[in-house]
Order: sequence, then structure tokens, then C-alpha cells
Amino acid sequence: MRVVVDLTRCQGYGQCVFLAPDVFSMHGQEALMYDTGPDDDQRERVLQAAAACPVQAIHLDRMTTQHRTLRPELGPSPTGDGEAFKRDGRIVIVGASLAGGRAAGVLRRDGFTGSLTLIGDEPYQPYDRPPLSKQVLTGKVPAERTLLPQLREVDVTWLPETRATGLDLSAQKVRLADGGEIGFDKVLIATGARARPWPQEAEAALDGVYVLRTLDEARRLRERLAAGVTRVLVIGGGFTGSEVASVCREMGLPVTLVEHGPVPLRGALGNVIGAVAADMQRAAGVDLRCEVTVAALEGDADGRLRGARLSDGSTVDADVAVVALGAVRNIEWLEGSGLAAGVWGIATDAGCRAFDVNGVVTDNVFVAGDVARFPHPVYHYQFLALEHWGNAVAQAEVAAHNMISDQAHRWPHLSLPVFWSNQFGVNIKSVGVPSFADELVIAQGSVAERRFVAVYGYRGRITAAVTFDHGMWLDYYRHLIEQAAPFPPDSRTVDRRDGSRPVPAEVPERIKPAEGATVVVTGHDPGERRVTLVRPQR
Amino acid sequence: MEPASSYQQILQFSNRADPYPLYAELRKTPVARQEDGSYVVSTYEEIVALLHDPRVSSDRRNLTDPSLGGGQLPSFISTDPPEHDRLRRLTMRHFGPPHSPRKVDSLRGELIQIVTALIDGLADRTEADIVDDFAYPFPVTVICRLLGVPLEDEPRFHQWADELVENLGPGEGDMAERIKKRQATLLTLGEYLTELTDAHRQNPGDDLLSGLITDDGPDGTMSQHEVIGTGALLLIAGHETTVNLITNGMLTMLRNPWLLERLRKEPDLAIHTIEELLRYEPPVHFLPNRVALDDITIAGVTIPKGSPIILALASGSRDPAHLRDPDRFDPDRPYIQHLGFGGGVHHCFGAPLARLEAQTALRELARRLVNPRLVTDPPPYRPSSTLRGPRHLEIQYDGVNPYSELPTT
Repeated sequence: MRVVVDLTRCQGYGQCVFLAPDVFSMHGQEALMYDTGPDDDQRERVLQAAAACPVQAIHLDRMTTQHRTLRPELGPSPTGDGEAFKRDGRIVIVGASLAGGRAAGVLRRDGFTGSLTLIGDEPYQPYDRPPLSKQVLTGKVPAERTLLPQLREVDVTWLPETRATGLDLSAQKVRLADGGEIGFDKVLIATGARARPWPQEAEAALDGVYVLRTLDEARRLRERLAAGVTRVLVIGGGFTGSEVASVCREMGLPVTLVEHGPVPLRGALGNVIGAVAADMQRAAGVDLRCEVTVAALEGDADGRLRGARLSDGSTVDADVAVVALGAVRNIEWLEGSGLAAGVWGIATDAGCRAFDVNGVVTDNVFVAGDVARFPHPVYHYQFLALEHWGNAVAQAEVAAHNMISDQAHRWPHLSLPVFWSNQFGVNIKSVGVPSFADELVIAQGSVAERRFVAVYGYRGRITAAVTFDHGMWLDYYRHLIEQAAPFPPDSRTVDRRDGSRPVPAEVPERIKPAEGATVVVTGHDPGERRVTLVRPQR
Repeated sequence: MEPASSYQQILQFSNRADPYPLYAELRKTPVARQEDGSYVVSTYEEIVALLHDPRVSSDRRNLTDPSLGGGQLPSFISTDPPEHDRLRRLTMRHFGPPHSPRKVDSLRGELIQIVTALIDGLADRTEADIVDDFAYPFPVTVICRLLGVPLEDEPRFHQWADELVENLGPGEGDMAERIKKRQATLLTLGEYLTELTDAHRQNPGDDLLSGLITDDGPDGTMSQHEVIGTGALLLIAGHETTVNLITNGMLTMLRNPWLLERLRKEPDLAIHTIEELLRYEPPVHFLPNRVALDDITIAGVTIPKGSPIILALASGSRDPAHLRDPDRFDPDRPYIQHLGFGGGVHHCFGAPLARLEAQTALRELARRLVNPRLVTDPPPYRPSSTLRGPRHLEIQYDGVNPYSELPTT
């Protein structure tokens, strides 16, 4: 059977672990790991575990989309042309991803009966990525068992190993690598992102240099780690890098992690909470090197990785390097399409509709998942791109809904960003945008105990909260963010420790994502003026 | 005299058999201030919010009127984090993950043995009381073995448990009087458990009490006082609530013969039957002991700092804003989310055990009793509105099928 846990909803109650301890396990107090494809002899126990989940976050075999609204007037309600489209329109989804698969499910659930095509360049049905850097690397779960429980029930034409190479908006066609074309009335772009490769091509080609994003990449890295390794070099202390380091320590492998900032997780959580993550790494035996970069990866005569030279002149002997330098959005295939696509992703309105290069919103091109960049009213209407599981799901559902709804019934994608990470036996969760902050305060618990709630504020308003093994409290702070509640929070609460005062959050300066986007404007008459996007020089 | 509020009517014993129409009345005011200054919260969203609200305390010493506090032994049910978290972690080490993840799973064989023996005991007659003959002895046997309490002492703590439950939370009598009675019973129970833990200290077994006494993990050791408080909590909670869950389940099956029939054919249905039961006919109707640590504004009402808060779990689980057809018993609902075990950091400690016990019990009762019928409907109820369940459940039946292995699916 197939199991997926919505770890965005999970609050660490552990009920599933009691009832099916061979399938679900708790690492530390709240970090849940699970077998994504348990054997059939576990069936009764897994059914019991899923039924017992207090937040109903466990999905088996079929992946029912989120709880449907109890208010029918909020559901999709197309009229006239919309009804005909819903009956026999043509929808193409580019990207057989979590977002793409989820959107397909919602379209069918909400009554779209026309043709539905899902294009993916990988040979696999949509699979779940979070386990790839955790239970797949430890070998507890084989990589190919991470397929999401979803597509087998949805009536969809699935084109595996098919690469989309172009989008023709005027002819309403997706061009394919094999020269074929697929026509659409509406298209959903969910092409996501790929791992940023090591920039030096020759070094990246050394045997022993890995990236980690796809199922195949996880399988290759797992095989290598299992074959015996003297030391793993992790380049980059973001979530993926930190999780890889955690897994390697769990497997007893020596690890060096190189982070160019002062602490790991700095980009997402800032220096103050990043310092807690640094302590966790060191306590687990990671050789953590901050404020240095890898100057060069070095190989032997046979092209095998030997080690690395660092910017401070030191060296690291390692036979495996994992490059964890973030992701690159998959937008190259849209060059010349007339959409406002670039390294920043694809700009959309809050209803998931893509903007064209002129900044005019389209009505038949929708975008969801890691590749979308959308304005969020809670964060000064800034355009955010969120590479989180929860965003892929929520945005795909809004996009799918809007594709089959008329203007009056469309929904804005307004959910607050939520993410989680399990590392070094601690469950880290976040709601809001922690990098959107000038101060933070430990509102509950204690940093020394690594069980706490950190509340982030920006100019006197609460903008984010981060918990370490305190996931049950997160919803309260989500509500405070939604209410634009004042920072610092001044209510009397349980577990507020004496002397807890706001401190500077020390988050990295927010980069302007579309900086460098250059356009050429042509035409004089207002009816003629148009923009051409000039390919950024990087 | 003012007419009784919906909440006061719910407390009246005459409404014990069917409080649900009164809950619908109660939900018209999601946060209802009572004459005594307490606030009753009855809608799903609001209850969930308060269960996860760090401004809500479970420690009665935070009440503005401290005379209403007390009546508790120190344990995680009546303390707040970080104290609560430490006590619960120390106890969980002997019961569940991360330290003992297989404990409950390892009891499966024993549960089916006890259930089988109890149902075998019904085979020589055609009438039984589901409470006295089955729903009570089953969980009591389990909790005694788990805790390391001699089963032969059962008549003694049965009496104490009854008294404690009757005086738990608000009732029809005077609050101060109820608290006084509670404290007296707790003192006796405390003395009993002190003797028992002394014996375990000298001769530890693999039971939970011995674990609490001898353990020395990362959180250190529990004090003697804490061991007594925790032991009392587990002993009372561990058998009072499951009795009601199983009895309510049997009652629901007998009122819905289609359910009995389906459970015979689809034993797996017991899993969702218990979830729906926890929503529809739960053993715990109220969490009566919460306190506002600060002014809390919810559903347009400000609960002043220091006020008692009562969460009407059974009402919230039947809130039509939470799910369709809340008053219909339907184990086929796709996602059954309920407040049967509360939520947040105080989520029921024994929930996994209660689930397995109730699933095993209902499945086997359905499979083995031939043509069971209810003798009186409604059955007589116990006095408590908080831990609500029948005092007796008299049934008649034509015979008892022998135990058979479950078909493998």
C-alpha cells in the first residue's frame, strides 16, 4: 500500500506510532518518519494508525484532497461557456509533480470531465520528495516506494518521460521534445525546480559529487552511502544540506558541512535560530565549518572525488560531496512564450494566473508549486516563491479550482507559508515568513532545551513563528499572524520563561527576486506598446 | 429564579440519556458565560482553538477564586508546560514513543484473550449486563496489569473511582462540597498507592508503576508525590472512560442493527466505528478544568483572566459547521475528526490503548453474540455529565458463537 503523511498538518501526537510501530517511528519527541510503501501484512495496523490521527494527516492509497468546504456556494460554479468547458474542455498539466498530481485530483473531484493530460519528464508518477532526504537515504525506504497515492484513481492521460520544450499561447499548444504538440484550452504549469548543480562543470562531473532533488538522485546517493564512505562533504547548510548531514550522522558516517553564512538555516530562519541548529549539528558530531566556501573540488587521476579546498585555505578529505546550494526553477522551456518567466519563476496573480511579459494577466495559463511567484497581501504584497510541500498542495488546489470556476467564484491563494524539517531528532516547523522580520522573541519553552516557539515580528507586527518540537502550538501563532497581531506578543501564556526579551532577528537581507530582469519596450500608440523580455546575463 | 441555562439543564440528571438536543441549544452561543462566572465553549472551531491556545491553563491554581482549585494530585492532567511536559514525557517513556513505541502494540494478544474469556463467560445464559459482565472487567484487567496493581484490590478502588468521577467537574451539587469529597477520596487513594509503590520499590516488576519509580532518564526521576499523582490518574482514567466507550458502542450497535450486521461481515469496520463513536457518543463530554491566564477574545466574547473555562467536547464533535449530518452515525465518513480525546498537549494519554480495547471489544461482541437485543432503551445512566455512560446495559441474546480467527483480508 501507499502511505503519505501531510507533515504540514501533523502535530506530532504519535498515535500512528503506537498502532503501527513497524511503519511509523518517532525520532526524538516529534520528528515523525514513516515507510511510504509498507507491506500488505501491515494493512490492519496502518488502517488503525490512519484512523487514529487526531488531525487526519495520513492518506492511504487514494489521496483525497483536502477537506471539502461545507459551504456549496463556495464551490466551483461555472455558467454558460464555463459549463461547456467543464464538460468537454481540454486541460494540460505540465509537470508530473506533487502540485501537478494534486491539481489533477481536484479537477476530477470537482467535476471536470473533459480531457486531462499530465506531462512529466521523469519515468515516475508523482512522488513524495520529503522522504528522499530522510528515510530513503538511511535505506529504511527504497526510493521507488515514494510514489504518491493518487494517480491510479484519477482518469488522466499520463505522458511519462516526455519533456515540454515550448508553450505557444496563440495556438494554445504545448510543444514536446519529440516534435509532438498537445493542444489545450487551459494549461497548468507545475514544472517546479531542479537542484542547483556545482558551478564548475568538470568538478561537478567527478565520481562522488551528488545533488539531491529527484527520486533517481536520491537512489544514486543512497547506493553510494550504503557502499561505504570515509567522509561526506555537504556543501550548503540549508534544509536539504542539514537533513543530509543529519542522516549521515545517524548512519555513523563522518560529515563535514560547509556553509558560507555564519550559521546553518540562516536563509530561512536567521542567525539567532540558525545558531540553535548549529549547536544541534555539532552535538551530533558534524564537522560544521561556517563562513567559508568550497573553493574547489579535487579529484584523483581516475576522476574520483578526493576532497575539497576551502576558501580559508584548509582542506577536507571526502569521497562523497553533496551539493545542496538550493534550486533552479524550470522555466527555460518557456523562453519566447510571452510569459513573465525568468530565474525568479513565473509571475502570477494571487489566483494562480500567469502574467505575460507585459504584466497583463492571462486567463488560460495557471501556475502552481515551486515555479510560481505570487503576490502575498500579508507580506506587503511582495511576490513570493515558496518551495514547500504545503504550498504546492494548497496552490495546486486553488489553481485547479480557479481553472473550472468563473471570475465570481475564483479563490485567492492566501494560505500562509508553512514548512517543516526533521533533523537531528528535532522537528522544526514554521508558519509565515521568518525572513520577513526585524526582531524575534522566544515566546514559549527554552532554546537550551531545544523545545521552543520563536515568534518573529516586523515593525511591530507578528510575521512568523518557528517551533522546535513544539508543533502543537503553531496554529495559535498562525492565527496571530493572520490577525496582524502586535509584536512582541504580550499575552500571559503557559511556559513563558523569565527574561525572554525580543532580540534582533538577524535575517538575511531580502533579495529582490526579479532584479536584473530587463525588458525592451516597443511601439508608440498605447494599443501597440509591448514588452520583450531580454534574457538576463548571469 | 432564572430559568436554567442550556448548560445547567445538561448537568441535570434527567437529561443524561439524551443531552444532544441541549448541545444544539448550547451551540447557539458558542462561548456562553454562566452565572458562576465560568465560560462554556461548545463549537468545534472554538474548542480546537482553545485546546491549542497557550493562554489557557490546566492548572486550577490560576483561578481568580482559588477556593475552586485543589482536588487534584500532581500529574500532567492538572499542570501546564513545562511541568506538564516533563511529567508526561517521564510517564510516556513506559507507554509509548519515542522510548517504548511497541508497548501498546505488544498488548494485542492479551486484549483478545481477555475479551474472548469474558464473552465465553456469557455462553451459559441468554441475558447479561454489558457493563458489569464485560465493559467494566475488560479495561480494569488491562490497566491493572499494565500499571502493576493487584486485580484483587479492584473492589476497593472501584469505590474510589466512582466517587471521584461523580464529583469531577461541575454537577448539580455545591461545588465546594464536591471538591471536599473529591479531596477526601484522593487522600485514601493516595494512601493506597503509597503502600503499593513502596512494595514495588522493594520488588520492581516490568509494570508502569515500577518504571516510574526506578527510571532515571534524561528528565531525571519522578518524586514520590508525582508517582502517586500519576498512578492515581492512570488508574482512574484508564478504566472509567473505556468502560463508557465500550458500553456506548454496544448501545449504538443495538440501536442500529445494520451496524451489527456489517461488523460481522467486515471486521475492519470496527476501526472507523470506534472513531465515529468517539465523535457521536463519546465517553468524555466536557473538559471542565481549564483557566484563562489572560483575557481571551473568542467568537466575539472576551473571557476575563482567571475565569474557569469548560470545553464541551461532545457538543463540538456534533457541530454542523464542522461536518455534514452530525447527528447521523456514519462510520463511512471519509475523514472522521473529533474531539473524543481532546487535543493539544493534553490529548488523551491512553488513547491508543482505548482504541485497541474498544475495537477488539465491539468486533468480538458483534461476531459472537447471536441476535443480541436491548432490554431497556434508554438504559439507566451514571450520574456524571462529564464522564457520561450507562450504569447498566441489560441485553438478551440467543447464544454465543465460539471464538474464531479473523479471516485474513
